Amino acid sequence: MSTAIKDTQKMIEEILDAYPEKAKKDRAKHLAANDPSGQCSTCQVKSNIKSRPGVMTVRGCAYAGAKGVVWGPVKDQITISHGPIGCGQYSWWARRNYYNGQTGIDTFGTMQITTDFQEKDIVYGGDKGLDAALHELKELFPLAKGMGILSECPVGLIGDDIESVAKKVQKEFKMPIVPVRCEGFRGVSQSLGHHIANDTIRDHVLGKGRLEKTTPYDVALIGDYNIGGDAWASRKMLEEMGLRVIAQWTGDASVNEMGIAHKSKLNLIHCYRSMNYICRHMEEQYGTPWTEFNFFCPTKIYESLRKIASYFDDTIKENAEKMIEKYRPVMDEVIAQFRPKLEGKKVMLYVGGLRPRHTIGAYEDLGMEVIASGYEFGHSDDYKRTYPVMKEGAVIMDDATLYELEEFTRRLKPDMVGSGIKEKYSYHKLGVPFRQMHSWDYSGPYHGFDGFPVFARDMDMTVNSPTWKLIRKRGVPQKPGDAIGR
Amino acid sequence: MRQIAVYGKGGIGKSTTTQNTVAGLAEAGYKCMIVGCDPKADSTRLILNRKAQTTVMDLARERGTVEDLEIDEVLLTGYKGIRCAESGGPEPGVGCAGRGVITAINFLEENGGYGPDTDFVFYDVLGDVVCGGFAMPMREGKAKEIYIVTSGEMMAMYAANNITRGILKYAQSGGVRLGGLICNSRKTDKEYELISELAKRLNTQMIHFVPRDNQVQRAELRRMTVIEYSPEHPQADEYRALARKIAENRNLVIPTPVSMDELEALLMDFGILDNEEAAA
Repeated sequence: MSTAIKDTQKMIEEILDAYPEKAKKDRAKHLAANDPSGQCSTCQVKSNIKSRPGVMTVRGCAYAGAKGVVWGPVKDQITISHGPIGCGQYSWWARRNYYNGQTGIDTFGTMQITTDFQEKDIVYGGDKGLDAALHELKELFPLAKGMGILSECPVGLIGDDIESVAKKVQKEFKMPIVPVRCEGFRGVSQSLGHHIANDTIRDHVLGKGRLEKTTPYDVALIGDYNIGGDAWASRKMLEEMGLRVIAQWTGDASVNEMGIAHKSKLNLIHCYRSMNYICRHMEEQYGTPWTEFNFFCPTKIYESLRKIASYFDDTIKENAEKMIEKYRPVMDEVIAQFRPKLEGKKVMLYVGGLRPRHTIGAYEDLGMEVIASGYEFGHSDDYKRTYPVMKEGAVIMDDATLYELEEFTRRLKPDMVGSGIKEKYSYHKLGVPFRQMHSWDYSGPYHGFDGFPVFARDMDMTVNSPTWKLIRKRGVPQKPGDAIGR
Repeated sequence: MRQIAVYGKGGIGKSTTTQNTVAGLAEAGYKCMIVGCDPKADSTRLILNRKAQTTVMDLARERGTVEDLEIDEVLLTGYKGIRCAESGGPEPGVGCAGRGVITAINFLEENGGYGPDTDFVFYDVLGDVVCGGFAMPMREGKAKEIYIVTSGEMMAMYAANNITRGILKYAQSGGVRLGGLICNSRKTDKEYELISELAKRLNTQMIHFVPRDNQVQRAELRRMTVIEYSPEHPQADEYRALARKIAENRNLVIPTPVSMDELEALLMDFGILDNEEAAA
């Protein structure tokens, strides 16, 4: 075992020492020193298991995964939060899934629609109210192409039969009404919600869309939620390659697109974690192959373009090469501009989905090093894809706690931390440069040739902003009369 | 004020027994109240001499929320000044009746439904303690005394034993105690002995053995308790006796539930199988 691994293990042990015995034993399974070779048996983390109470996990719930991630972005579907007001209200438009359309007319992405359960709905059941809501919505929004019923916890507790309501109304409206049993108490994180949502795509919409004709160049973009326009940047590139994107799942997606992706020649999966289930299903059921790709930085883009092209004929392969040739100077210019300011800077990531591994290359292209990375709700297949792309002795963390994140920060002294909204303000207080890497901190896109310059600019802006130095550091008392930060 | 909850297997006669007993207490001069905790809302019919009254939940549903109700709208007065409230709730198979019970009881408490001069509050609770909602009446600060209505039938005894498990849970965390078993006779073999023995095993008493009498049926058809319909009838005296025993009862215990095997062995011991052989 190398010294790098040993040193990291020692640090992890020290951090764990603060925990009571049981918590320590449990958390030890989720923190590891990275071994890219896969030889070290103690370097694998346990994942996708129940969080320990009291440790301040930042995980979400099944509803968050099904509504917030997978179904929410489908733009011409009305997504109903079925239950009391809070779940829908507090997750309202939190993901910045951009879309084209007239909101409230033919698209409904930024609207918060809920059945707003009251005590009487719990006692007498919410089925009748749901039926009434569906009818009201149909009247208010005649251009809606489908409706999704996303269950909140109480619906599962009182046993409301949302499936039969959906079935009945679907016949009446002649459009998909999708009941999604994503009660928040199911599973250990939002991950199960993704799976549940994938299953409902399979059962209620897939295979039911219309596609006039197919071409040999049809692809579907899967698991890109168009955060800050990501999917548009990716689509543009695929089209420039000569491919036809028949469906975007689910960023800027239409209900019809949800029904035709299986007709593509190749499914391109961006967020593996949230949509691998349906890709596997399309492969088994319709023989549609799928492949993972990464559009976060020049190095990965070139790799991915060639990989995608390898599934198609020479025209596409040539196009890919032409594109690389065309954009390389532009990308090189971006790197030349920002790399000198970011060279050698250390990054710590703690995110969800695919970002803990997919963005590593982007930092590396800018001369930065990811010294620690972790997933909120990853599974072992995510970690298996992560170990080889990180350095030996880097920190791997699963379902990290706020305490652990702070301790790693204190000891590793990263120049930047990329994580979510729940971590953001504690890092602001610590005075550590921070970037919200779930929704790109109101910026984006970060995907593709369009995205990389934005990414590079944002990282520079974060790491090199003088603001951080103005924040009073922990343990340094302010003298009376001092201006803040002096 | 003593708060008492009555539990027992569905259809065993909880509502009938409760209303007749409360009639007995009211006749003896006690100020009583009945809170029906059953969506069927049939716990107060014999006291009010009419079909189901306006329930807390039904009215809350009509108005929008429970905060929109006035206590007088759901608290009615019947025979001998007995005050009656029904929680109400959904038709079978939908919603959450348990939550209805919780909401209704909270409403009655918060709005002073029990009144300062009340001697007895009786909660008449549906069937088994299936979920937290139906255990509401025995939670901290509510009923401290539980009576279980049973008969010599195997399943009624099984349910009674099961209910004592619920009581045991709340006896440890709150202060609830078992007051005894009320045997509502079905004329099964050696019923008196069997229930007396079961009570002993459960660390309690059979507080009264109510014999089977068609007079109960006759009174019920007229929406009255036996005490109101035929005060001179011997069956009315049975309920008066039960009322007196409850009023005087000081034997409140933490129950000791038995295992299913023990319960079956008990039936064996009382020679039910022997009788069967003799009959055959």
